[in-house]
Amino acid sequence: MSFLELRDITKRYGTLNAVSDVTLSVEKGEFVSLLGPSGCGKTTTLQMIAGFVEATSGSIRLDGRDITHAKANSRGLGIVFQSYALFPHMTVFDNVSFGLEMQRVPKAERKDRVDEALGLVHLSPYAGRYPRELSGGQRQRVALARAIVIRPPVLLLDEPLSNLDAKLREAMQFELRDIQRKVGTTTVMVTHDQAEAFSISDRVVVMEAGRITQIDQPYRIYEHPETEFISRFVGKTNLLPGTVQAINGLAASVSLAGIPVEIDAGGLVSGETVTLCVRPEKLRLIAAGQGRLPGRVAERYFLGSQWLYHIDGPLGTLMAVTPNDGSAPLETGVPVGVDWNPSVVRVHRGRLAEAPDPTLEAQ
Amino acid sequence: MSAAAPRFPTPLILSAPAALLFAALILTPLVLTALLSFNEFEHATGRTHGFTLDHYLAVLTDSYYLEIFLRTFRVAALATAICVVIGVPEAYILSRMGNPWRSVFLLVVLAPLLVSVVVRAFGWSMLLGPEGPINAALMALGFGRMRLLYSEGTVIVALVHVMLPFMVIPVWTSLQKLDPAVEQAALSFGASRGTAILRVVAPQILPGILSGSLIVFGLSASAFAIPGLLGGRRLKMVATIVYDQYLSDLNWPMGAAVAVLLLAANLIVMLTYHRVVEGHYRRRLG
Ligand SMILES: Nc1ncnc2c1ncn2[C@@H]1O[C@H](COP(=O)(O)OP(=O)(O)OP(=O)(O)O)[C@@H](O)[C@H]1O
Ligand SMILES: [Mg+2]
Repeated sequence: MSFLELRDITKRYGTLNAVSDVTLSVEKGEFVSLLGPSGCGKTTTLQMIAGFVEATSGSIRLDGRDITHAKANSRGLGIVFQSYALFPHMTVFDNVSFGLEMQRVPKAERKDRVDEALGLVHLSPYAGRYPRELSGGQRQRVALARAIVIRPPVLLLDEPLSNLDAKLREAMQFELRDIQRKVGTTTVMVTHDQAEAFSISDRVVVMEAGRITQIDQPYRIYEHPETEFISRFVGKTNLLPGTVQAINGLAASVSLAGIPVEIDAGGLVSGETVTLCVRPEKLRLIAAGQGRLPGRVAERYFLGSQWLYHIDGPLGTLMAVTPNDGSAPLETGVPVGVDWNPSVVRVHRGRLAEAPDPTLEAQ
Repeated sequence: MSAAAPRFPTPLILSAPAALLFAALILTPLVLTALLSFNEFEHATGRTHGFTLDHYLAVLTDSYYLEIFLRTFRVAALATAICVVIGVPEAYILSRMGNPWRSVFLLVVLAPLLVSVVVRAFGWSMLLGPEGPINAALMALGFGRMRLLYSEGTVIVALVHVMLPFMVIPVWTSLQKLDPAVEQAALSFGASRGTAILRVVAPQILPGILSGSLIVFGLSASAFAIPGLLGGRRLKMVATIVYDQYLSDLNWPMGAAVAVLLLAANLIVMLTYHRVVEGHYRRRLG
């Protein structure tokens, strides 16, 4: 049996199902991220594990014990709240020390552990300050230190790094991962930053409108999104609507606005409407006149390690990403050929409700 | 807007009516009272004139007056303490109630404000009087009749009843401003509910408790109707002797001196209290 188990957890607010039938098993020592758009029920799920929101139905088990209706102060979890929830009348030191005091840790040891935790989040010089004298990112790190200092069996983190700059965020991600490896803390982290979810999680749980749509390893979520929503929400993607023209054994021929493309048949039937998903970094830009599609560079964006191109062609605008190898990028307006390896194409059955706006997808 | 401000003193003009009202209705009588307290008083004719410190000396050296001052502040302090003990948990419970009940109970807490103090004082004296229901119940239970009226305890109970809303309202207001997640955070670290309230909630609502106790103390120390009606002739408080000096002895300068001393003592007690309590939280809560 898993360490932390949610079974058919539902939370209803009036007529709104904030969380519906969430079932999730987390192994001991595992790092799981809840990823999803704003308002999809991530915080509500976490709060039900923490015991601050009562589940309308379903059950939660922790280490074999049913905690669905257990009091929050008997669960022994370390929590970072989305709003930080620091004690405003206590110094940073006292904030971090509070949990240890509640555990009746002796004073001398308490000081050592608080100092260590504050060092971990790079806040040692701020021990004597009050929360209102700190910046947003500093407050967030106090909240993190306060949760990890008690070495809880389960850490619940609600967007614990959302207010940090890129460098600090990366450093904190490694710290979190490190703590979790060393101490074996089971961690459930809420985030809407997919890069963060991918870089430190063992598994990612994608949520949409109160439901779990996919639970998988980061790599598989990215490469094999089970729904079109996920392929749009996770990373950037090119969505190409088409129709299956013919099935030839294991291969299917799909017509994309009249241009035939070969893909794996995988249960498709002739005449079916499908959407092909191709990640921008899987597109190759080659010499004009070659490849599967003709195109013209419409825009280019410098992303540091990569170039992002918008390519106008017969299927509308495609996004393509190429590594920045130091050579000069393509100029806007030049004609190119677009090619891809057939194995990188993911197929979703059915047609898109509406064509996605590539500028929105870039978020 | 800001360029025009120096030429056209809008703030001054806008605050002038309130300032005039304040000066006319509060400062003028206060100054007149203070001046009056230094006048000599002729018992034979009732005329007041000249300058003397006799009244102040008389009050400050007479143990009769000192006892009344002490009693007044003791009663006010006790009433304040009881208001804190009852009012703060009451406000906390109110703030945690679900919606239909919260409104109902808030109304119950505030309802006494809608009834005149005098009416309420008479209510208490009927309830506690020799023929009142309390005594009737005591008799029925075999305890015999007790003298409940005209005691310090009765005055304190009645003051608490009158003053409780003035404690509940500011505490309730500061509770409204708290982030509930902060208390949840305390619980998540394994704090019991009691510890969470004492260590995390109470310090944050200290400003509300402070202003509530200042209001209650100030109003109690200068209360007139409650001690006048429930303390009777026997149990004098400062406000009631001011009344006696003015209306029974017709010694207005003496009454004025007592009133000025009450005001001064009240101010000193409240400022000291404010300093002590505020010193504790100023740095923390800003
Ligand atoms: N106390 C409440 N009463 C009514 N509705 C609520 C309550 N709390 C949350 N909701 C609703 O439940 C849904 C899920 O909220 P939740 O806070 O879990 O979102 P989230 O995934 O954490 O979003 P974000 O990324 O913006 O923090 C939202 O639609 C929200 O409006
Ligand atoms: Mg949230």
